[in-house]
Amino acid sequence: MPSPKRIGKIEFGLLSPKEIRTMSVRKIIWADTYDDDGFPYPQGLMDLNLGVIDPGLRCKTCDQKASECPGHFGHIELAKPVIHVGYTRLIRKLLRVTCRSCSRLLLSPEEIEKVVGTEDDLTGDVLSEKDIKKERICPHCGEQQLKINFEKPTTFSEILIEEGRKVEHKLTPADIRARLERIPDEDLKHLGINPEVARPEWTVLTVLPVPPVTMRPSIILENGQRSEDDLTHKLVDIIRINQRFKENQDAGAPQLIIEDLWELLQYHVTTYLDNEVAGCPPARHRSGRPLKTLSQRLKGKDGRFRGSLSGKRVNFSARTVISPDPNLSVIEVGIPIAIANEMSIPVQVTPYNIEDLRQMVLTGPVRTSLTQPCGANYVIRPDRRRLRLAEGNLETVAEQLEPGWTVERQIRDWDIVLFNRQPSLHRMSIMAHRVKVMDGRTFRLNPAVCPPYNADFDGDEMNLHIPQTEEARAEAAILVAVEENILSPRFGGPIIGGIHDHISGIFLLTNQLRWFTKSEALYLLKNIELDHLPEPGAVEDGEPRWSNKQVFSTILPKDLNMVFKASSCQNCETCKKDACDRDAYVRVIDGNLECGTIDKKAIGAFDGQIVHRVIRQYGMKRAARIIDDITNLAIRAIMLDGFSFGIDDEDLSRTEYGQIDEVLSNAVTDVQRRINIYEDGQLEPMPGRTPEETLEMQIMQVLGKARDRTGEIAGRHLGLGNSAVVMAVSGARGSMLNLTQMAGCVGQQSVRGERIMRGYDERTLPHFRKKDRGSDAHGFIRHSYKGGLNPTEFFFHAIGGREGLVDTAVRTSQSGYLQRRMINALQDLKVAYDGTVRTTGGRIIQFRYGEDGTDPMKSSFGDPVDVKGIVESILKEEV
Amino acid sequence: MLPEQDQRISETDVPVKTREQLRKYLAGKEITAEQFDQILNRVINEYQNTRIEACEAVGVIAAQSIGEPGTQMTMRTFHYAGVAEINVTLGLPRLIEIMDARKEPSTPTMTIFLEPEYGNDRDKAREVSWQIEAAPLHEFGDITTDMENMQVVIHLNVAVCDKRKIQPSAILEIAPRKIRERRHYRDFEFEVDEKAAYIVFMPKDRESYQNLFQLAEHVRNVIVQGIDDIERVVVRKESGEYILYTEGSNIKDTFEVEGVDTTRTRTNNISEISQVLGIEAARNAIIHEALSTLGEQGILVDVRHIMLVADMMCMEGEVKQIGRHGIAGEKESVLSRAAFEVTVNHLLDAAVANEVDELSGVTENVIVGQPIQLGTGDVKLIAKPMN
Repeated sequence: MPSPKRIGKIEFGLLSPKEIRTMSVRKIIWADTYDDDGFPYPQGLMDLNLGVIDPGLRCKTCDQKASECPGHFGHIELAKPVIHVGYTRLIRKLLRVTCRSCSRLLLSPEEIEKVVGTEDDLTGDVLSEKDIKKERICPHCGEQQLKINFEKPTTFSEILIEEGRKVEHKLTPADIRARLERIPDEDLKHLGINPEVARPEWTVLTVLPVPPVTMRPSIILENGQRSEDDLTHKLVDIIRINQRFKENQDAGAPQLIIEDLWELLQYHVTTYLDNEVAGCPPARHRSGRPLKTLSQRLKGKDGRFRGSLSGKRVNFSARTVISPDPNLSVIEVGIPIAIANEMSIPVQVTPYNIEDLRQMVLTGPVRTSLTQPCGANYVIRPDRRRLRLAEGNLETVAEQLEPGWTVERQIRDWDIVLFNRQPSLHRMSIMAHRVKVMDGRTFRLNPAVCPPYNADFDGDEMNLHIPQTEEARAEAAILVAVEENILSPRFGGPIIGGIHDHISGIFLLTNQLRWFTKSEALYLLKNIELDHLPEPGAVEDGEPRWSNKQVFSTILPKDLNMVFKASSCQNCETCKKDACDRDAYVRVIDGNLECGTIDKKAIGAFDGQIVHRVIRQYGMKRAARIIDDITNLAIRAIMLDGFSFGIDDEDLSRTEYGQIDEVLSNAVTDVQRRINIYEDGQLEPMPGRTPEETLEMQIMQVLGKARDRTGEIAGRHLGLGNSAVVMAVSGARGSMLNLTQMAGCVGQQSVRGERIMRGYDERTLPHFRKKDRGSDAHGFIRHSYKGGLNPTEFFFHAIGGREGLVDTAVRTSQSGYLQRRMINALQDLKVAYDGTVRTTGGRIIQFRYGEDGTDPMKSSFGDPVDVKGIVESILKEEV
Repeated sequence: MLPEQDQRISETDVPVKTREQLRKYLAGKEITAEQFDQILNRVINEYQNTRIEACEAVGVIAAQSIGEPGTQMTMRTFHYAGVAEINVTLGLPRLIEIMDARKEPSTPTMTIFLEPEYGNDRDKAREVSWQIEAAPLHEFGDITTDMENMQVVIHLNVAVCDKRKIQPSAILEIAPRKIRERRHYRDFEFEVDEKAAYIVFMPKDRESYQNLFQLAEHVRNVIVQGIDDIERVVVRKESGEYILYTEGSNIKDTFEVEGVDTTRTRTNNISEISQVLGIEAARNAIIHEALSTLGEQGILVDVRHIMLVADMMCMEGEVKQIGRHGIAGEKESVLSRAAFEVTVNHLLDAAVANEVDELSGVTENVIVGQPIQLGTGDVKLIAKPMN
C-alpha cells in the first residue's frame, strides 16, 4: 500500500555557504575520478562518500548498497567568489538601487512609504529599479552614485567621469559580494527578498556544492572504458582551474594572470550552471557536442520537469497496430494472445480463490490456445520476494501457495483495460474496454469507436494499459468505460456511432420499402439477440414477408417515439412528410419505424439522433447495446446486396458529356469576355476594390458556378444505384462535390483563396503566353478525375494540393500549443460541493458552473432538458 | 394547454429556457392530465439528472473541448465573412488571437447597428457612414502643388461637400488642425478663403522642395471627415435594416455619432471593449467572438466551456492572456509554472522571493507523486474496516 503521508508544502530558498558546507559530506579537491585499478580517488569527484553507483560497493556515508543509497553532496571551496549566472539580473538591480558606499536603499523612508505603504497599510507592491532616479546622491551618506553597466554574461562595471571622459571601472565578484553583504535586511524586504532564506550575497558563490554521484553516473562502454557524465566533465574543469588559481594566488602571481584565471573560473562555473547563456560560448564535449549542464537538464520538453516529472514511462503497457473487427462489441478490445500472456494482474491469494490461482500457477507463463484458461507469470511471497514462474517450478510453487501470497495472473477475457491513441486531445482518447483475447498480432476494435480516438486502420498504433489495483479497476469500469463515454462533453451529443459502411448499409436496408423472405430476414438479423421475428407484415404467394422497416424496428426499444429528418432531407419549403420522395421523413412510434430512412443523422457518430434519444431514455448501457445491434445489422444488410465502387461508376452518357462540355466552354468564353472588358478599362470596380480584384472575383465566381453545373448534370445521370451517390446522400463518406470532381470537372485550383498566380515572369508556366489571364493559364481544371488531367492541369493540381499539406502541418503544431496553454491555465478548476467553480487553491471563478449548473455532457446539445424528446415520446407525435 | 397547466409549468423549478420550451412544444396541443403529469415529471427528473457533479474537473474538460477541434479548423487567415468586401481573420488564427488577449486584432472590424430612424432609410444610413468613414482631404477637392510659389492649393468641390453633408468651412477649419494634432507635422503656415472654399498651405522652410512635397503628402491624406481609425465602411441591408460594417475599430468615437444604436453595435477588438465598456462586456465579447469563430467553422462547442475560459481570463478585472504572460505565468505554484514554460527562471526567482508551493494544483501533485485534488482524488472518505 502506498503510504498515507502527504507532502504538505515545498519552500524555496537559496543555499548559504554555511549550509552548503554543513550538508557536504566531503570536500572535493582532486579533479581525477578513478585510479588505475578503477577505484574512486578519495576526495575526488567520485569519492565513495558521495554515494555509490557500482553494484557491490557500499556508500561510505550511509553504508547502503547502490540501489538504496540516495547519494550525498560534497563541496568545492572556490579560490575567489564567482557570480551565479541565473542571478545576474537580480545583482544588477541590487547594485543600481543601493548606495555604492553604505549599501542602503537610495530612497528616503518617505519615498519608500510611497511605494510600499505604511506598516499597517501595505500596498503589496515591491520596489523596482524604476522607482530610483539615475545617478542620484545617497540620502543616507551623501555619496554620489555612479552608473552601473552590465555586460553579458557576468561582467559588471561602474562608469566614472574622469577629466570629462568616461572611464569604465570593472567590479570584481568580490567587490560585488562585499556590497551585497552590506545591504541591511530591512531594505531587502522592501525589494521582495526574504533575507532569512536568501541573502543577496549568496548569489555570489564562494563554495560550490558537488552533486552526488547518483545524479551523474558514469557509464561503462562496451570496450570497458568509463565514460563520465557531462556534469562530471564540467566539475573536473572547475576543480582544475580552481587548483591552478589557488597555486598562482599563493605564489603571488601578477594581477593580470589572476584576473585571467578568475575569469576562466567564472566561465566554467557559468557553463556548469547554464550552458546556453547569451554572450558566452557553450562548453563542448571532445566531439563538439555542447554539454548538457544543470539548466539544460531541467528545461524543455524532454527536461526533468516536462519529461520526467509531469510525464513518466510506465510498466504494464502494450502497443501494437490496430485493425477493425465489426464482430466485437464496442466495449470490447481484441488483444493478441502473445500480449495477453506477457501482461499480468496481481491477485491476492485468499481461501476463496486459492484453487483457481493454483490452477493458474500450474498453467504457467505460456498459454497456447485461446480456449485455455489464463496462466500466471510471477508469484510474490509474503516476504515480498518475486518468483518467476517457469517450466521447472510450476508444481513446487503451486504446492506452496497459500493465503498471503500474491499471484500475477495473465490477462483473460472480460478484464478491464485502458486503451489509448495519441494525440490524446480529449478524455475520450483513453477509454476502458473489456478484453477479448484473440489470435493474430494486432489490437482489434469495433470501427464504431474510431471517432473518439480519431483512429483509422492505415497503420495506426494504439497503447493499452492494465490497471493494477482494485481501485484503479473500479474507476476504469465506472468512469472511463466506453459505455460511459458515448456522449461527448464538448457538445452533449453522441460521439460513438456508426461510420462508413454502417451508414451505407443501414441506408440501403431502410430506404424506401422492401420485402424480405423469412430466410432473408433471418440472414439480416443473424447477429442480433432476438427471441422471435415480429408478425410478418405481408403475405405473398402464401409466404410470409417482412418489410425492411420491420427488420430494423426489431433492434429498437419497444417504447421509443421520435420524429426527425434524415441527412438525405433536402429541406424542401413545405415538407411532404410521409410522402417524401426521398423517404427522408423518419417517424418511430412505439419502437416501430413507420417511415423514413435511417442514415447518418439517425445513427452516425456526432449526430446519431436515435443513439442520443436512447441514452436519455434508457441510459448509456442500452445505448452501447443499440450501437452494437445497429452496426451488426448494417454489416449484414450491406452484405445482403453487396456494395462496391469502381471506375465505371463514374461513367456518364454521351448527352451528359456534351452538356458538361458546353457548360465549361461557355464559362471559359464568359471569362474571356470579362477579361476583354477589363483590358479595355471598362470594368466597373466593386466598392473598395481595384478593377483587377473585381475581375478575379468575377472569374472565380463564373468558374465555380460552371463546376457546380457540371456536378448537377452528372448527378442527374447518377442515381441511388450509384455507390458514390449512396455514400454521399446517406452521409457515410464523401460529398456530391467529390462526385462532381470525379465525373464532371475538377474545377479551379487555388492558393490562399486566389487563382494560381505564382511561377515565372508574368505567367504561371512556360506553356502560356505572358500576361495571359485566361482560365486555363491560372489553374482551372476542366477535366474530371475520371477523364484525366493534362500536364499543366496536373501541375496546378499539385500546387493546390501542396497548400493543403502545408496547412495541416502548421495547424497541428499551432493547435497543439494552444491546447497545452489552455490546459495549463484551466487544469486546477473544479466544481466545489456548493456548486461554485473554484481553483484548487480556493479562488472562486464562477458562482454556478456555466451559469445554470448543467453538465454539458449530460445536456442535450446544450439544453438542460431535452423537452422536445420528452414531449415527443409521451405524445407519440411530431412536435 | 389549460391555464392551470401553464401555472404548474411556472411553478416548477427548472430554468426559464426549459419552461419556455415546454410552453412552445405544448402550445395548441390536446393533452390529457395524465400525459401532462408524465411530461412534467420527466422534465423535472431529467433536469435533476443533468446537474454537474461536485469535484468534476471542469477546467480540463473546457480546455479539451475547445482545443480538440482546433485541428479541424482551417488555417485560411482571410475570409470574407458575410460581407464580400471586408476581410476578417477566422479559424484557428482568430481563436489563438482571442486566447492571446492581443491589444489589437489583426483585422479589427465593427458591426454598427443604427437606430430605426436611420436603419430603415438607405440615404440616412449612408449619411451616418460618412460620419464614420475616415475621408482624406483629397476626396473633397483638387489639390495642386504649386512649385513656383512653394505652396499647396486646395480648391474644395462644394458639390462633394454637399453630398457628404459637411460644410466646406468645417473642412477648412479641421484640415490644418488635424495635420498638427494627428499627423504631428507643424512646420507650415496656411491661409483660408472661406467664400471661395479654398485653402493654401505653405511650408515654413521654403528653401527645399522636399518640405513642399512632404507637406503636400500630409495635406492630401489628412482625415477631415469621419473617425481616423476606421478606414472603410460598407453599408449592407440585412434582415430588413441597414447595417454598417467597418474596417478598423474605434468604438468610443463611434458611439458619439448620431444615429448609431449603441446597444447593439459591436467590435471584434476585445481589449477596446474592456477599456470602453468594462470587464463584464469584455467577458461577453470573448464568449461571443470565440463561439462565432468556432460556429463559423461548423464546430459545435457548448457555451459553458467558453464561458469558463472567458471568466478565467477576466477574473482579475482585466483581460488576461491564456499562457505565459497571463494566467499560466501568474499561478501561485512554483512547480506548475516551472513545468509550463521558462523552467529555470521560475525556480531561481522563487528561491530569492522565498516562495512556498502549497501543492494544491494538479501539476504540482503529479510532480511530487501524490493524488491530485480533483475528481476521485478530491474525496477524503476513509472507510473503517469492520472486524
